[in-house]
Amino acid sequence: MYGLAMARGLLVTLKNMTKKPFTIQYPEERVKQHPRFRGEEFVWYEERCTGCASCAKYCPLGIIKIVTSPSESAPRQGDKYKLEVFDIELQRCMFCGLCVEACPYDCLFMGSGFEQGRYSRDDMVIHVEDLRNSAKNPSTFYRPQLEQSGYDPRGGRPLTWREVGRENWDWHKREKAGLRLIGTDVNIPSEESE
Amino acid sequence: MNCQLASESIFYQNALYRFIHDSAGAFMPCSVSHVIAGLAIMLMLVNSVLLGAALVTWLERRLLGRLHNRIGPNRWGPFGLLQPLADLGKLITKEDLVPSGADKIIFTAVPLVMMVPLVLMTAVIPFAENTMLADLNIGVLFILAVSSATTIGIFMAGWSSNNRYALFGAARSVAVLISYEVPVVISLLGVVMISGSMSLNDIVQAQSIPFLLVQPIALFVFVTGMSAELNRTPFDIAEAESEIIAGYHTEYSGIKFALIFATETGALLVVSAVITTLFLGGWNGPLENFLGWFWFLIKTLAIIFVFIWVRATYPRLRLDQIMALSWKFLLPLSLINLAITALEVFLLRDASGNLSLPDLWVMAAINVPMAILLILVMGGLFQKKVNSLPIRTEKPMVPGVPTIEVK
Ligand code: SF4
Ligand code: SF4
Repeated sequence: MYGLAMARGLLVTLKNMTKKPFTIQYPEERVKQHPRFRGEEFVWYEERCTGCASCAKYCPLGIIKIVTSPSESAPRQGDKYKLEVFDIELQRCMFCGLCVEACPYDCLFMGSGFEQGRYSRDDMVIHVEDLRNSAKNPSTFYRPQLEQSGYDPRGGRPLTWREVGRENWDWHKREKAGLRLIGTDVNIPSEESE
Repeated sequence: MNCQLASESIFYQNALYRFIHDSAGAFMPCSVSHVIAGLAIMLMLVNSVLLGAALVTWLERRLLGRLHNRIGPNRWGPFGLLQPLADLGKLITKEDLVPSGADKIIFTAVPLVMMVPLVLMTAVIPFAENTMLADLNIGVLFILAVSSATTIGIFMAGWSSNNRYALFGAARSVAVLISYEVPVVISLLGVVMISGSMSLNDIVQAQSIPFLLVQPIALFVFVTGMSAELNRTPFDIAEAESEIIAGYHTEYSGIKFALIFATETGALLVVSAVITTLFLGGWNGPLENFLGWFWFLIKTLAIIFVFIWVRATYPRLRLDQIMALSWKFLLPLSLINLAITALEVFLLRDASGNLSLPDLWVMAAINVPMAILLILVMGGLFQKKVNSLPIRTEKPMVPGVPTIEVK
């Protein structure tokens, strides 16, 4: 009946008033974030990067800019290119994750943050220095090896470049015995320190 | 010069007015002391209405939030109580735009034209015993007349804005007002008949039991009609955001918008106070003549809660549905109520034309079941009418053009 339905409607809202609100008071409370979250602040391991620029080619928006020069230190021993510029224009990024999927060497990862608001667009560009220095908490997006290990980028410890690849460390020892790292202070530890 | 307030003055009821007037009158002419006392009280009323409006905005947003399973504004001040202040600060610092082609004078006058009737209405409301500005003997009439005057402001806003949406909103508002004024006035006749007076003070004193029980249909019609006149959901077609942006105040910004908005929420407050006075026994409370303003406040807040509750529940009606509700549902209801009340008063009153407390209880016992029955029956009839409206059929009369076939 007309009137009864109206009264029932009123009761519905009244009942909802007694319930606990759904709202999560964001800065104070946070929902738990999935480890596969595709966030800002990309995680990049210079030690793994060959400068192949696959990520730049696959980005649908073309916002990754890579400039390399041949490494001068030890090209003979299978050394890589030297990364001069690695800019990601975060203000235009849509976090599709295609660059991460494209990277053949498991060296680019999505981050897990979402609080990179800035007052200027120029501040939103991530440079190679930022990538070098940023916290190494990679999201497990498109990285089954990380997901299988149960890694959680939020609250987990930062991972070194040797832990994030899908190959194990022995593979490196076999395949790239002469690998030396240019421009970083990371040295390949000898077998004893392993 | 010793100027005392005469006991037959309409201001005599107000103890504060009498005090200010008499102490000022001790050393200045009567006319001046009248002005001083009037200004002092009016200042209080204006400020309390505006402050009350600010608090009502806060209450409305918080309660709407809770009714929607949200929290509502809670960032500034305890429970977000300072939120209206923040809104005001924002609106004052915003640019005060006047659209090109607008009628500047009328456009600027609108906030004032809307605000003044609202404040005028508070003049006759008894907030507690001996706490009304003027004990007008035509208080009910005054309230009805003045509350409708706000619509003039709405129409001025729509006309002067040079904006079609504003004009649509204003036209809708006027249409709603014209249809709802009729049942609202008729519903109040019952109250006036029972109390035998139009003065709000006398009406409060006549309520040995609240008229909520004696005149339930009148309360229903009055609350519905008033929420239509206040442009509140489900009758807010005058400022339907999804249809006509913001209706008549589309073009208003800055402090003018703040004033219009304060008027709207202040009107909610004042109308709730009027309903409290007319139907809930005003300052009558469980303690005899004690804490009258407190009971008044509690009852007013309860009425405001009902308005907000209804707003949170029902979707917006179409214009034709609103018109149908007024003419086909509320008007017959209020007419039936008028007839029943007249009959009861005629049969029950004593020789001097007064109704005693048992008489009121008899009326309540008859009227409450009658109200439930009538509202349900009329609602059923009303629903039938709605269902038999023309239905769109798929048989085109002109090839390609669908037509409406009336059954
Ligand atoms: S996430 Fe998508 S849009 Fe962003 S840099 Fe990578 S490929 Fe480009
Ligand atoms: S695809 Fe990977 S390895 Fe190639 S340049 Fe990009 S980050 Fe470096």
